Amino acid sequence: MSSNMVAILYLISALLFIFALRGLSHPESSRMGNIFGVIGMIIAVFTTLMFKSVLSYYEIGAAILIGGAIGSFIALRIEMTALPQLVAAFHSLVGLAAVFVAAAAFYDPVAFSIGKVGSIKTASLVEMSIGTFIGAITFSGSVLAFGKLQGTISGKPIVFKFQHLINAVIFLLILFLIILFVINQSPTIFWTIVIVSILLGFLVVIPIGGADMPVVVSMLNSYSGWAACGIGFTLSNNLLIITGALVGASGAILSYIMSKGMNRSIINVVLGGFGGEQDTSASKDNSDKIVKQGNAEDAAYIMKNADSVIIVPGYGMAVAQAQHALREMGDILKKEGIEVRYAIHPVAGRMPGHMNVLLAEANVPYEEVLELDEINHDFPMTEVSFVIGANDVTNPAAKTDESSPIFGMPILDVEKSQSVLFVKRSMATGYSGVDNELFYRDNTTMLFGDAKKMCEDIVKSLSA
Amino acid sequence: MEAHSSEVFVIGLTVFFLACIIGYYVVWSVTPALHSPLMGVTNAISSVIIVGAILAAGPQGFDTSKIFGLIGVVLASVNIFGGFLVTYRMLSMFKKKTKKTKEKE
Repeated sequence: MSSNMVAILYLISALLFIFALRGLSHPESSRMGNIFGVIGMIIAVFTTLMFKSVLSYYEIGAAILIGGAIGSFIALRIEMTALPQLVAAFHSLVGLAAVFVAAAAFYDPVAFSIGKVGSIKTASLVEMSIGTFIGAITFSGSVLAFGKLQGTISGKPIVFKFQHLINAVIFLLILFLIILFVINQSPTIFWTIVIVSILLGFLVVIPIGGADMPVVVSMLNSYSGWAACGIGFTLSNNLLIITGALVGASGAILSYIMSKGMNRSIINVVLGGFGGEQDTSASKDNSDKIVKQGNAEDAAYIMKNADSVIIVPGYGMAVAQAQHALREMGDILKKEGIEVRYAIHPVAGRMPGHMNVLLAEANVPYEEVLELDEINHDFPMTEVSFVIGANDVTNPAAKTDESSPIFGMPILDVEKSQSVLFVKRSMATGYSGVDNELFYRDNTTMLFGDAKKMCEDIVKSLSA
Repeated sequence: MEAHSSEVFVIGLTVFFLACIIGYYVVWSVTPALHSPLMGVTNAISSVIIVGAILAAGPQGFDTSKIFGLIGVVLASVNIFGGFLVTYRMLSMFKKKTKKTKEKE
């Protein structure tokens, strides 16, 4: 195959990837988009297999089968609640693959036409080491994020003295190592860059708390793209550069949306230390305040007599696996002629769009699931807000209390609806560690208990 | 690939910036409800890095570079299959409901 033919096939593949992302602008076109992505990937792989230098079809075929079998097995078995962990794990593999490809290029530069062993082109060396650096950081950062999301490692931020200074020093050390590597092309230095970058990846994610995981997952998504880009530059491969840039841009935008959803700058999230370490003095002030408690029958009665209900689900709903029971409750209410809608906060769930997928899994029609901007002005006209497993994203302190750590965060205005039902396990604070004054309001009824059990009980009372 | 290395780099850089701009506009057009599938797809397509791994694994015989290449192929394949399949699963959930609503109507 001529090199022009290869370039054209790679271009087609890149265009198909762009269409794959474009398809996601609407659920209806999204499935076609995914198919475009698959076709693009098949074209890319087969084009590469046609290269004159590629001869070991059996080994490569076996490698694809092994990887494909593992990937398929995991993807088909994974619970939708565990999606963020899965994505983090996948990111780590992209990072690691980038490191291996860079290493392969370093040990056999002839195969990639970037020079000979010991005399690789300077530009290629720079690009190679940058690709390796980003790949290694993506790898270790994602492994740690996976651990935190899975619960293997505590989600609490780990903060220690001189943290940022140490990270900065390590970063300068890596820059120094890269310069050294470009000059003497030593394998020892190459692997030192890999190890030190892995260390930096761990250190960068360690101070970031569980509540900030949506940002971290998006950020690592972005890194995995830039790593692919770095390799693309090393191999002078436009397909890799284009795809890497698409993924990098996508992850960056998602990180931006997520941090905006928490009213924090990306830098603030990256510096870390947020979540779980606020003092509890605020909750002490409220210890003598009265909380109105209710049970499932009360909730059923209140909702049955309403015209409109907005359900505000949070991650607590997912943890309790309450989405199916919740949808059943919504269905009964709809049958009674009550308008039922769902309001999703940008940072509900543990990754961007997570809550939408969980509701979709429970067969909630996506037309009923609305984003913050779309539904927030409807709360004053709504009779009942049913908050389940969410807390901070409804806290009016974000608007009124300047001293609150969540001040300025966009919230769902459930306080403006006529009455609020809060399903919660206990009076415990949310991830931010802030008490929610909504709990003590007259029009608020607290429903204490497991989210799933509560929904099931409400369904029973509604049907009775 | 015979062009001067600086020329190749500049072409790469041109492609890179244009792709970033395309990415920016395309991703902003993605509906927030589908941000999780977006991550699934980007995950799968970023594993196009498999192209580099195949080139490294291509030559006959066994040397360090080939082993690295083959490991790269395995890792990238996990992602490609896993990424596209998990996205497919997510997107088909968004389909099921539409059908149901249509049935109801």
